[in-house]
Amino acid sequence: MIDFIRQPWAWYFSGFMIILIMLLLIYWGKSFGFSSNLRTMCSMAGAGKQVKFFDFDWKTQRWNLLFLVGAIIGGWISSEFLSNPNALELSAATVKDLRGMGIHFNGQLNPDELFSLAALSAPKTWLLLLSGGILVGFGSRYAGGCTSGHAISGLSNLQVPSLIAVIGFFIGGLLMTWLILPFLITP
Amino acid sequence: MKSIKYILAGILFGIIMSKSEAVSWFRIQEMFRFQSFHMYGIIGTAVVLGVIAVFLIKKFQLKDAENQPILFPDKDRSYKKYIIGGTIFGLGWALTGACPGPMFVNLGYGYLTMGIVIFGALLGTYLYGLLKDKLPH
Repeated sequence: MIDFIRQPWAWYFSGFMIILIMLLLIYWGKSFGFSSNLRTMCSMAGAGKQVKFFDFDWKTQRWNLLFLVGAIIGGWISSEFLSNPNALELSAATVKDLRGMGIHFNGQLNPDELFSLAALSAPKTWLLLLSGGILVGFGSRYAGGCTSGHAISGLSNLQVPSLIAVIGFFIGGLLMTWLILPFLITP
Repeated sequence: MKSIKYILAGILFGIIMSKSEAVSWFRIQEMFRFQSFHMYGIIGTAVVLGVIAVFLIKKFQLKDAENQPILFPDKDRSYKKYIIGGTIFGLGWALTGACPGPMFVNLGYGYLTMGIVIFGALLGTYLYGLLKDKLPH
């Protein structure tokens, strides 16, 4: 059983499980949208005193923060007990393309060049991670949702605005991947 | 006791995100380079099943755990905020390989540097709140 779980999950099983989470939250009278937590955390930190956007009763969002805490624990359980003993099966074409940009495929989830503690000795790593985070936070609130709120919940409810947002996700993602990233991470 | 179920659902979510490898920077690069079906398969399966599930919930007017009707509010009708906000989000998604959920899953997985990305995301959210009224929506 545990060996079965330790394998990477097939895409169709993963997709099914994500919808199970969405339905579970709907059954509990909530909705699946993760990035709202970022707004809630700003509000908890007292941002509501200066900015009206954060002036709301964050305690109504307590359930989502608990979901977030669970997500962190789930990540820990996965790496501690369920991690795949074999290298991630990344497409050979991606491995080759990334090598051209100076990113070495290490068989794990994330590249050492960006996410290892050693990479933090370069100020550029701090700048890339911080600015990437700012773009995600700013963009998800601007668009009113992220992958869970728009691509999963919104598209499931056939919302045209969510489709527009997802198209935006791809415009930005393709621009970054093909035009900007090669200049940002060239060694 | 009511709180625990949300933590458990979050744990399951974290495991799903890890085991599907949707939290992987490499997988997101592979997706934006159209070099594998994997991520499209995950999102595609979820959307197809989600559309069917939401359709059935509406058709049979199903109730939630507290016997309240399940409602699906429509998103605001606009296009500017979705296309501009979405594009900004996409730039960050491809750079960090992480959308908001996976940032926290990665942190738990042991990628402590993801803390910088999370700090950035909070800063970005705050900046949006600060500039909201000056932006086109």
